[in-house]
Formats: sequence, structure tokens, C-alpha cells
Amino acid sequence: MHRFANPNRFLRLAAAILPWCSIGAVGFLGLGLYFALFASPPDYQQGEAVRIMYVHVPAAWMALFVYTVVAVASAIALIWRHPLADLVAQAASPIGASFTFLALVTGSLWGKPMWGAWWVWDARLTSVLVLFFLYLGHIALSRAFEDPTRGNRAAAILAVVGFVNVPIIHFSVEWWNTLHQPASVFRMGGPTIAPEMLLPLFLMAFGFTFYFVTVLLLRVRTEIAARKLRVLRLSAFQKAAGAESLPQLS
Amino acid sequence: MNGVAEFLDMGGRAAFVWPAYGFTLLVLIGILVVAIRGLRSRERELERFEGRPRREPRK
Repeated sequence: MHRFANPNRFLRLAAAILPWCSIGAVGFLGLGLYFALFASPPDYQQGEAVRIMYVHVPAAWMALFVYTVVAVASAIALIWRHPLADLVAQAASPIGASFTFLALVTGSLWGKPMWGAWWVWDARLTSVLVLFFLYLGHIALSRAFEDPTRGNRAAAILAVVGFVNVPIIHFSVEWWNTLHQPASVFRMGGPTIAPEMLLPLFLMAFGFTFYFVTVLLLRVRTEIAARKLRVLRLSAFQKAAGAESLPQLS
Repeated sequence: MNGVAEFLDMGGRAAFVWPAYGFTLLVLIGILVVAIRGLRSRERELERFEGRPRREPRK
């Protein structure tokens, strides 16, 4: 706690960009939803069910992106012991878990009409489920120790080790025979998806990203306030203990 | 009216498309609300505490 760096610079930065992030989120999501639901064509094979793609794919991208943020922040926490790094990792994790959950649920809702199955144990779906469990493990581990520093360190190690799952997820549709379709956006040779569909996809993705940053900043601010409170309580308690001349424990 | 009904029907796939969007909206709004509530309550606690630094800390 005594090494907790002055977070005021972060708080000033957060206060400056938060309004822009929330505007960005609302703007891009609004525009994205308009294009996703109204101003984009149905698919020649899937019909209107293709519109599920505009929430499923961005959610999946966010699941991977946020995990990368968690892993990088965790690595910074482990290597340089920057106190904000731990905070960012922990604030981001539940958001990432939620995006992963959304990707799985919307994927199921897309898979049932398209494949006839709510779930298959193919490489893509299974590895994303593993990602979800990694998130849950990360969240649980950080709270599992009485000493929060130990919990943070254990969680950080899990996050970094688990990062191997991210490229596995991305390449799963190439390396294994999967029911899940191969990459149609982030692939060698460029996207194979129609531009009228690429637009709502990216609008929603930007919207989700601005949303993520907004919620992340709110959660980090909350945790900074919580730590400040803990420090103040501790010092107030020590003052009270000293005033009553209790025997000092070394 | 027919246009609206057609739109809501989503080519017969309404049972899948609308829950997908509905769930997404629910989860995203949910996390946001929890984050805002959490922040407000912590900052209120902090204000209260910083106002009376001499008092013995409450639970």
C-alpha cells in the first residue's frame, strides 16, 4: 500500500477522456445498430439470421481483445510492479468475461438455426469456452487470498500463462476441422465479406471498444477510491490506537 | 404496418435474432449500471470518510 503510486495523473486523464468514450460508444453503437438491423442486406444463404453476426462477431473480438489487455497489464504488473497495472487487469476481466459469455450465447442462437445445433465441441467453440473459464479463474484467484497482493500476483500469472489460448482461438478454424466457419475478416488476402456487411461489423466493434474503455475507466476509478479508503481507514485506526496508548505490535 | 411485422419477423428467424440482441443489450447495460453504482457508492464513502478523519473507522 505504501508503494501505491499517486494515481492523480491517471484520474485526470480518465476524467478527460471518459466523456468522449461514452459519446463514442453511444454514437458508434447507435449507428452500428441502424446499419445492422436496417441498412444492410440479408445474406443469400442465411437470410435475416445473418444479423446475429453483428453482435456475435464484435463480442468475440472484444473477448479476445480484453483478454489481451488483461494479459499485457498482468505482465506489466509482474515485471515492473506498477500498481495501476493490477487495477486495470482486475477492472477489465469481468468485462471481458461478459463479452465472452455474449459471444457464446449469441453464437448458440446463431448456430441453432444455421447448423441445427446449440453447441458442438469443435475447436473454436471449445477454446472460447476455455477462455471464459480462464476469465472466471482470473476473477476468482485475485480474491482467493487474504493478502490481496498475493491474489493479484497469482491472477496475473494465470492471465499471462492463459494468453496462449488467444492465438489458439484465432487459428483454431485453420488448424482443426471445425464446424465454425473460417476467418472472413482477419485473414491473409483480406476480408471475403461484403463491404455492406463489413460496415456494421466495424461500427459495432468500435462501439463495443468505446464501451469497454468507458466501463474500464469507471471501474478503475472505483478501485482507486476503494484503495484510498483502505489507506485512510488504516491510518485512522493506527492514530486511534496510538492515542489510547495501546501496546505497539511491531 | 406490414413492413414492421416483416421486420420483426426477421425472415422467420425472430426467435433467434431478437434474443441475441436483447441479451447483448441486457448484459451491456447491466455491467454499466453496476459500474456506475459501484463508483458512486465508493466515492460517497470516501467523501464521508475524508470529512471526518479523526473519527474511529466504521465497518
